[in-house]
Amino acid sequence: MLELRNPEAPASPAEAPAWTRKDLLDTDTLSNAEIQLILETAEGMREVRNRPVAKVATLRGVTVITLFYEQSTRTRASFEVAAKALGADVVNLTASGSSVEKGETLIDTIRTLEAIGADLVVMRHGKSGAPYLAARNTAAGIINGGDGTHAHPTQALLDLFTMRRHAGDLAGKRVVIVGDVLHSRVARSNLWTLLASGADVTLCGPATLVPRTLASQVSELGRCTVTTNLDDAISGADIVMALRMQKERQEKGLIPSLREYIAGYQVNARRLAKARPGALVMHPGPMNEGIEIAPDVAHGVASVIEEQVANGVAVRMAILYLMATARRP
Amino acid sequence: MTPDPYLGPDEVARTLRRLGHEIVENNRGTQGLVIVGLLSRGYPLARRLAEAIREFEGVAVPVGALDIGLYRDDVTRRSAPPPIRPSEIPVSIDGATVVLVDDVLFTGRSIRAALDALLDFGRPARVRLAVLIDRGHRELPIRPDFVGKNIPTALVQKVRVHLREVDGEDAVYVFGEEAARA
Repeated sequence: MLELRNPEAPASPAEAPAWTRKDLLDTDTLSNAEIQLILETAEGMREVRNRPVAKVATLRGVTVITLFYEQSTRTRASFEVAAKALGADVVNLTASGSSVEKGETLIDTIRTLEAIGADLVVMRHGKSGAPYLAARNTAAGIINGGDGTHAHPTQALLDLFTMRRHAGDLAGKRVVIVGDVLHSRVARSNLWTLLASGADVTLCGPATLVPRTLASQVSELGRCTVTTNLDDAISGADIVMALRMQKERQEKGLIPSLREYIAGYQVNARRLAKARPGALVMHPGPMNEGIEIAPDVAHGVASVIEEQVANGVAVRMAILYLMATARRP
Repeated sequence: MTPDPYLGPDEVARTLRRLGHEIVENNRGTQGLVIVGLLSRGYPLARRLAEAIREFEGVAVPVGALDIGLYRDDVTRRSAPPPIRPSEIPVSIDGATVVLVDDVLFTGRSIRAALDALLDFGRPARVRLAVLIDRGHRELPIRPDFVGKNIPTALVQKVRVHLREVDGEDAVYVFGEEAARA
């Protein structure tokens, strides 16, 4: 039986909040109403994805360009599938093979894409803040598909969508994010949506990857703690999110060795047994199985990792729909 | 300022019972019948029609909910884009007689969108349209098969159906210039 409406929600759809942003650059400035609008729209998109013909024509005539200066499998494929499922036209560009190799600047590239007719540009860049620069220099909507070590808002929103589907209201729930928090744009964007949802967040990892400066910054936010002990952190946790161990960090000497990292920070069955019964295990991918996460946990009953990927399409459809139809004030 | 309701709860209930009888009569029974309500207010009406049919026929007719947001012809023109909610069609509609249900029939554009949405779920043998209120002013060649009440209106007027499942009361209001009683 369908729930007709949330008793807290506005009585008429006309009173529902509308999306007015040109760009989606991070989750830190999103209001709870905006987050709720994305998640509710994504529920409708998920239903579309589960149909025999999982495609509609709503965004026909809308052009979405994906512009990736860094490699990606799931984010780019997910956005492309999402845009096509809504009937938009999609053009995929990567830095290699484009005029970027001839020395074209980011601003010139973005202006060129706008002139070609891009309504929305999904952009991934190795430099933190690059999508902000792009957004200031075009009328096209910019969606941040990951910038440096800064933000990955669509990942955080699909993570939140997945958590809510399984754990319901996150207020008071304990979420542990473990691994290379320092370099993780996923951890950062998740932190904002989780705190906005009322969850208690524990950031965990070796001191070199979860530095004290970060600890002092986030402790001011309340409901966020930092620890180097995963066994303590995982006790009683409702959700455990493992981050990818970025192997290039090891070469920089930020961890003593992979073996020591595994011993201290791998999410495995022994540790997971200390979490709440029914706790969820998540990972933004791509996984290094046997390093930050044990294979039996990655593919075990607690894992919602594949569901995260499937939900990613629905959440990105919701974001594309809201941004392509936005009424800007 | 809320005017007196054009129809009250008893009239709404009687009208729905009559529509239920008409639907079954037109279909010569409940065989192959699926009742699909448009979200938000067509869906509770569809459930009540099915409940009425269950009372006098003793048969539970399948009920579905259809969201038309993604199929509207004004998605990129409206002041606010329509909210998107999950549709729920519980049975195959291939070969079925689908009765679409909505609260108010006005321009016909919602029904045009609903036909597109419905046909993405299968190929019904026939599609009928039941509405609680027909207020006229069609912009597309769409005609209802079952009408609860015809209310002649001026374009500037607004017709609002309130249902207890959504709004806490059963009532039909006509706002704007005084509506002529049919």
